[in-house]
Amino acid sequence: MAFLTCNDLTLRYDSTTVLTHLSFSVQQGDYLCIVGENGSGKSTLIKCLLGLKQADSGTLTLGDGLKRSEIGYLPQQSQIQRDFPASVQEVVLSGCLNSRRLHPFYTKKDRALASEQMKCLRITDLADRCYRELSGGQQQRVLLARALCASKKLLLLDEPVTGLDPVVTTELYGILEHIHLDHGITIIMVTHDVECAVRHAKSILHIGKKESFFGSCEAYINSEVGSRFLRASGESIGCRDCRSHPAETEVSSHE
Amino acid sequence: MNDLSAILTPEYFSIILLPALIAGIAVSLCASLLGVSLVLKRCSMIGDGLSHVGYGTLCIAIAMGWAPMQVTIPVVILAAYILLRLSESDQVRGDTAIALFSTSAMALGILVSSKANLTTDVSHYMFGSILTMSKSEVILSVILSICVVLVYALCYDKIFAVTFDENFARATGLNVRFYNLLIAVLTAVTVVLGMMLMGALLISSLMIFPAVTAMRLCKSFRKVILAAVLISVSCFLLGLLLSLWMDAAVGACVIIVNLTVFLLSSLLRMLLQKRHHTT
Repeated sequence: MAFLTCNDLTLRYDSTTVLTHLSFSVQQGDYLCIVGENGSGKSTLIKCLLGLKQADSGTLTLGDGLKRSEIGYLPQQSQIQRDFPASVQEVVLSGCLNSRRLHPFYTKKDRALASEQMKCLRITDLADRCYRELSGGQQQRVLLARALCASKKLLLLDEPVTGLDPVVTTELYGILEHIHLDHGITIIMVTHDVECAVRHAKSILHIGKKESFFGSCEAYINSEVGSRFLRASGESIGCRDCRSHPAETEVSSHE
Repeated sequence: MNDLSAILTPEYFSIILLPALIAGIAVSLCASLLGVSLVLKRCSMIGDGLSHVGYGTLCIAIAMGWAPMQVTIPVVILAAYILLRLSESDQVRGDTAIALFSTSAMALGILVSSKANLTTDVSHYMFGSILTMSKSEVILSVILSICVVLVYALCYDKIFAVTFDENFARATGLNVRFYNLLIAVLTAVTVVLGMMLMGALLISSLMIFPAVTAMRLCKSFRKVILAAVLISVSCFLLGLLLSLWMDAAVGACVIIVNLTVFLLSSLLRMLLQKRHHTT
């Protein structure tokens, strides 16, 4: 039994069909990257995985004892109000809400969990700082800590590196690697950066208007759709985000 | 200008001023709590829209000889629910829906009240009547205010989550629609109470000003809430004093004090930022 199994899933958005006959599964311990062009239905798929949207046909089943509320979600930065007056501690604590539906206030256990996650992501010294005054990378780490408070099993990340500079992006990928390997957390990441996806993921789900792909990372690189998509992204933008720039490599080698 | 010591006789204080003080503090407290949520959720207009609906309903209630508060509160709660659902749907934009809905309700109320020749009675609620509230009205407002504050305090953590990031809250299994509705209902109750006090014209600024001022000065949600409450209550007290001294409408004086505090806080923030940049 897998954590997540999608079978023949069809999703509509505003009465247009964005995804048809999609089937894939996520095993415990997987690192899945979902790639695809803009408008291919990645965000709609995320809404469905989170239970914010019903499947129009087909099924999505959770298994292995995973509950809907145990998916830790890291939303796109643009969806969060950047000028909201909230301290880092308050934001991280709000991830603990699913564990105490009936209890009106945070318990000691919640607070301990929050400070543990802040320690893990090295943001303990930011606890009293205001979320809106942090840098983009720090904000992402705060949201990651919140997501980890919500789930010890599965993280769902929506374009986590968009808008971050290359150094911070590499750092964030490192943190994810650490969470994945050392804490055994399953990761599903939506990204437009296919080269980074190939570098870090174990399996790839490519969704497109004409063709889709689901399989291991190696199989994706060798597949027709994968190699075409990789070539196209390499030609147009390169992998600015995760490959360190030649100039920076030189600087660091001088040091 | 009035000589305050001449007005503030013990009889005047206990009969007129004390009930006004109690009701005013209670309602200012509720208004500032909900104001923070409304401003952060970018639906400040809901407060304004609901006060229009409330005014329309009051006019009709008085024309028909019904008890004003007991009729208006359920109607405004219903209106809050409808406005929330309208702003959730994609067909009409939220602010447009509020404007259409609330001005229609107000027009209807004014139409009914002008036909029934009630204009003098009804204008109380346009500008508020804190110094002429009946004992039962004062008691009702205090009880309702206590309910609003209690519910808000019990749901504080969830209200924070829903206000900060609705999608995340929904993903963790929180019933976001319920908490949005709760905020709307609490807002509706507060708007009607505030309308009796400050008048339909001014209640939404009573909710918004303390929140915005607090947001300029504080850096965590908890501090913003506490500061907003503090600012709201002290502005009310100052405003009431000002109105007695100048013999002017209470609601207007409270808003002017709020505006002054807001401008001062903006100035303070500008100075702090400048110092921050130079160091």
